Amino acid sequence: MRVGLIPALAVPLRKRREAPPPDEDGELVARLRAGDEQAFVQLVSRHHAAMARLAGSFVSSPAVAEEVVQDTWLGVLRGIDGFAGRSSFRTWLLRILVNRARSTGVREHRSVAVGDAGPAVDRARFDASGAWMSPPQHWVEDSEDRMLAEGLADQIHAALGALPDRQREVVVLRDVDGLSGREVCDVLEISEANQRVLLHRGRSHLRQALESELGGL
Amino acid sequence: MFWQRKELVCQEMVELITDYLEGALSRSQRRRFEAHLAGCENCTEYLHQMRATIRLTGSIDAEDLTPAMREELTELYRRWRAEEDEE
Repeated sequence: MRVGLIPALAVPLRKRREAPPPDEDGELVARLRAGDEQAFVQLVSRHHAAMARLAGSFVSSPAVAEEVVQDTWLGVLRGIDGFAGRSSFRTWLLRILVNRARSTGVREHRSVAVGDAGPAVDRARFDASGAWMSPPQHWVEDSEDRMLAEGLADQIHAALGALPDRQREVVVLRDVDGLSGREVCDVLEISEANQRVLLHRGRSHLRQALESELGGL
Repeated sequence: MFWQRKELVCQEMVELITDYLEGALSRSQRRRFEAHLAGCENCTEYLHQMRATIRLTGSIDAEDLTPAMREELTELYRRWRAEEDEE
């Protein structure tokens, strides 16, 4: 094995922001069932960001997205006694949200089903044998600094916004909210193979966007 | 060896990368993937970039709950409780 391989493999795949531990949800859910308002408020705080992002992916106006989130919580309150705990609370919650969002304001899906079938990298960047002709430009080393200094986060938001809806939903749930592949399949009701294709297309687009933004420094 | 399939090329590598990261490749595919990686600086860089992309996407700001939204949801809870109690 070449030495150069090691740093790449050493980069931790897990992100810093961890998902809320499910057992704490369990405790809050029990308290919510017992009529504890504080438990409700804590569950809201804990899951709001993921819900807002996901709702925003389905409906175009922020006001409607907010309605979907509220409507979801009402659904949670009405259904909590029937929540059997077969899935995690978060999966159950996000499924309610997806159902509400789909029936509310389903945005005209811009893209075809599993999304553009385009390649992960422009074909023109490979030679006839399929080897890199225009190899990836280096940018990783600068990206952390740029993240802080120059609002790279805005570029990432923009690149996420430019993804076909279904790719964005999967990438946001996986890479921003930290759900597992299994959870994403349950929330969006898609197959594992589909989930991986959407994730692959979405992440490949984002990598290209970052290379275009940061490459050639 | 006669049974060994031909080596992966870079263009195939970039399409297999998510399956690799997801642990969805078969053992033999995985071996071929890693064999290519070991000899290809560009694909190693590409993998490095995909991991960085995942990390950077995970570090964008959370949309925090605004005090107004919190207030509204607390109200929603109280209205629901009041309705429940009436029934």
